[in-house]
Amino acid sequence: MELVDYLPVAVMLVLATVFVGASLIVSKMLSPHRPTPEKLAPYECGIIAEGEPSTRFPIQFYMVAMLFVVFDVEIIFLFAWASRFTDLGWFGIAAMAIFTFFVIETLIYVWKRGALDWNVPGRRRYLPAAVGQRMD
Amino acid sequence: MSPWLALAIWLLVVATIIPVMGMAIGYAEMKISAHMQSRIGPYFAGGRFGWAQLIADGVKFFQKEDLVPDNADRPVFKMAPVLVMVGTVGLFVVIPFGPGLTPQNLDLGIFYALAISSIGTIGVLMAGWSSGNKYSLMGGLRAAGQLIAYELPLVLAVVGVVILAGTMSLDGIVQAQISWFSEAGWSLGMPFVIVQAVGLGVFFVASLAELSRIPFDMPIAESELVMGYLTEYSGFRFLFFFLAEFANMFTLSAIAATLFLGGYWVPGVPDSILQFVGPLVLLGKIALFVFVSIWFRWTFPRFREDQLQTLAWKWLVPISLANIIVTGVLKVVL
Repeated sequence: MELVDYLPVAVMLVLATVFVGASLIVSKMLSPHRPTPEKLAPYECGIIAEGEPSTRFPIQFYMVAMLFVVFDVEIIFLFAWASRFTDLGWFGIAAMAIFTFFVIETLIYVWKRGALDWNVPGRRRYLPAAVGQRMD
Repeated sequence: MSPWLALAIWLLVVATIIPVMGMAIGYAEMKISAHMQSRIGPYFAGGRFGWAQLIADGVKFFQKEDLVPDNADRPVFKMAPVLVMVGTVGLFVVIPFGPGLTPQNLDLGIFYALAISSIGTIGVLMAGWSSGNKYSLMGGLRAAGQLIAYELPLVLAVVGVVILAGTMSLDGIVQAQISWFSEAGWSLGMPFVIVQAVGLGVFFVASLAELSRIPFDMPIAESELVMGYLTEYSGFRFLFFFLAEFANMFTLSAIAATLFLGGYWVPGVPDSILQFVGPLVLLGKIALFVFVSIWFRWTFPRFREDQLQTLAWKWLVPISLANIIVTGVLKVVL
């Protein structure tokens, strides 16, 4: 396997870009261009737009992204191990089991802390009993 | 045949397959959904059965005004559909259509496929972020959360297959299924779905979520978010998202068919015939997956965001990890 083998990939990506570029030109020729302030306003089903476009959003989206990074690293090692599986045998399984254990431990910790619970009613976080159990 | 000529032919084939398959699946979706709801679906365009409906739609999209809202982050807004399209097109390079009919048989095949398919996620997030519309932002965030969460089961479900095949090359995986039990002189094939049924189930559910199809279409939930991250898009940029969705459906089904159903292989047919029949066999297997996902779409209601994340983290990830452990132990023991 050499770098040359990836040439078709590069060519394909160039092709995709060319395809998009050609569409852009065709569309430019065929489509009208008459912008008005109403067209260029944020679309909210016809009513006048309210509020700022960049609002606050739930912390869970961050949590998911952070948890993903941990598992993504795990996956890279899993693939390397899986493709050399027969050579490694029990040794490989034991090594991967130990490694996976620590990742699963992370999942269990996050799970028990409540980071995966998306639908906790808002006011529960202010109850004294909930403090320390939930991190939402 | 020189490698450059072969490459040129493949590029031509792929450049036709993507729009044709995108339109074919779009048409199938319209017709199947219509019949599932006792409607007729498109029947006017093209004379009979409305076969030209999607072509007409495509031409129409090109004539529509290309609007970029005032609030939008212009370069990012314009780049997003390109990125989604690139992620889709890149996938076609590694799919084996027959013996020796892989555009490029990379050693890292499946790993590359999963990696390049996640480029689309960035495109979707860029679309939501740059639109300058709160519904788009919410849709983009939901999409990012969903695509990230379901990337894990999708990829983990593949590890079992890689363990069995001992290679990441997609052609190698098909070969491993063709000659699973091989003694001197004879061999008996086995599609991996027989031992990896759990893997296929997880992969299929996760790929539905990756495609943001019902029941996983919260990112573009019409009743809540207008059209999610697509709200501000019009004309051919919208068309690209639309085309990419159907082309992605095609490629993910092709990968599922290759990994679990033996790809281009049918039992008892020699390689010399498979070279010509192979692509059709693969198309048949893809059509099966596509049909099931269309069927799902018109059968199940939409999930809630918390149910979606619960399914991913509390069910699919542990199940797929257990699947890997069981597969690994069984392979060493047996």
